[in-house]
Amino acid sequence: MHIIESGNVAAATGVKLARAQVIAAYPITPQTPLTEKLSEFVESGQLQAQYIPVESEHSAMAVCIAATSAGARSFTATSANGLLYMNEQLHWAVGARLPIVMCVANRGVGAPWTVWNDQQDTIAQRDVGWIQLYANDHQQIIDTVIKAFKLAQTVSIPVMVCYDGYLLSHTYMPFEQPAQDLVDGFLPSFSPRHFLDPDNPGNFNTVTLPDIRPGVDGTMMPGYIEIRHNLQRDLRAAIDVYRDIDRDFARTFGRGGCPFVEQYRCDDAEFVAVAIGSLSYQLRDVIDMMRDNGTPIGVVGVQMYRPFPSQAVVEALAGRKCVVVFEKALSYGNQGALYADIKAALYPAGQRPQVHNYILGLGGREIKTAQLLEALTLSCTAPDSFGDEPRWIGLKLQE
Amino acid sequence: MAKDDFCEMLSRSTPGPGDGGNTGSWRVLRPVLNAVACIPVKTGRMSCFQCWLYCPDCVVSKTIPPTIDYDYCKGCGICAEECPAGAIEMVPEAEAAPPAKED
Repeated sequence: MHIIESGNVAAATGVKLARAQVIAAYPITPQTPLTEKLSEFVESGQLQAQYIPVESEHSAMAVCIAATSAGARSFTATSANGLLYMNEQLHWAVGARLPIVMCVANRGVGAPWTVWNDQQDTIAQRDVGWIQLYANDHQQIIDTVIKAFKLAQTVSIPVMVCYDGYLLSHTYMPFEQPAQDLVDGFLPSFSPRHFLDPDNPGNFNTVTLPDIRPGVDGTMMPGYIEIRHNLQRDLRAAIDVYRDIDRDFARTFGRGGCPFVEQYRCDDAEFVAVAIGSLSYQLRDVIDMMRDNGTPIGVVGVQMYRPFPSQAVVEALAGRKCVVVFEKALSYGNQGALYADIKAALYPAGQRPQVHNYILGLGGREIKTAQLLEALTLSCTAPDSFGDEPRWIGLKLQE
Repeated sequence: MAKDDFCEMLSRSTPGPGDGGNTGSWRVLRPVLNAVACIPVKTGRMSCFQCWLYCPDCVVSKTIPPTIDYDYCKGCGICAEECPAGAIEMVPEAEAAPPAKED
């Protein structure tokens, strides 16, 4: 069934279809309508779940950690400073290998205070160990939420589903709402690998010594570094798992097929623009205009950022003349984080393209199609004129 | 990678004495029971046991007389503080214990 709704409602509908059992969230713009919708679903009995109001995002994640430890499928959502307030609990959730799913409606981070969109909030959380998936439109939001629940519980790693605040969270678009019976067939009921079980008691995540040591029952217990090594190993293996999940999803629902990077008019492209989120769709207009003028150019939207799908990125970008990375976030003091990751992935590739970096749209600064056209035209016509420092689009510095 | 290969390792241990290591080695002050003053010993009844109740490490037994497991007692002194009869004295470990035997 197709409905016309906001991106936040698309996310909430995905959570309902996934039959989340515990929801804990603290309101923050622009995520708030998502959890408001979920509270409506719970209140009206459309979703059989515990909705637990909390006094902060830190507590929201703590509730999800506890509920998932008890064996319940848990969900929360946040944005910007709320996500950062969770930070310590984000590390805990992934270290404890709890398959929580969280939506983040991307928003700039204060100070100075802003409620508008950029992607600094989630990009800044790239190293905590959570899987990060990004949606480009409302259909991808609802689909990715459902896939995220399956991915999280398959690999025992929590997943963030990220989408642009306002640009997607508050705009209305038609999207197909999958049928409940199909979702039930796709997503098995929640059965975490490790959970609190009175019949099989255990101490979880107590002080773990630097070295391995025997437990009281004589079995050797891993040290911290072994547990963290296996998290990294499982994250890298999660790339293939997500490819399979996306394939199963496409077989069931008829949508999907590009879980890592979504390519548009890239087949014969010498130049490729790269972006995360809705900007990659906005860039399609620019690509069409430049194609009309004979420029062989395409655009790639990165949909999985952590684990970084290096192989898919290399397959999409190696051998091009120039790759232009547009980012609504920065690794401050260095350059765009995606730009740095793409360069690192391409370094061992046989045919390395030139790579350019533009920073734009921070704190919701409007991104005009003409600006994107100008930037891409410059990259295509004078690719050698760029250094390694990112260039900024739309800055209005007073002279 | 099959599903069961994921998260094969977790910080999980079996609950039991010694799961946190030989915590008795942390002790600076040792609780020593003066059985003559101990209420259950004096009355011969299963009563009081504030030491057993308040011990955060569960190393005091609910027996007549109460015993203290020095392998895991950290020497926090709560039992001595709570004992209504003042029957537990915290003694510096160096004075209370004979020198450890060298193997």
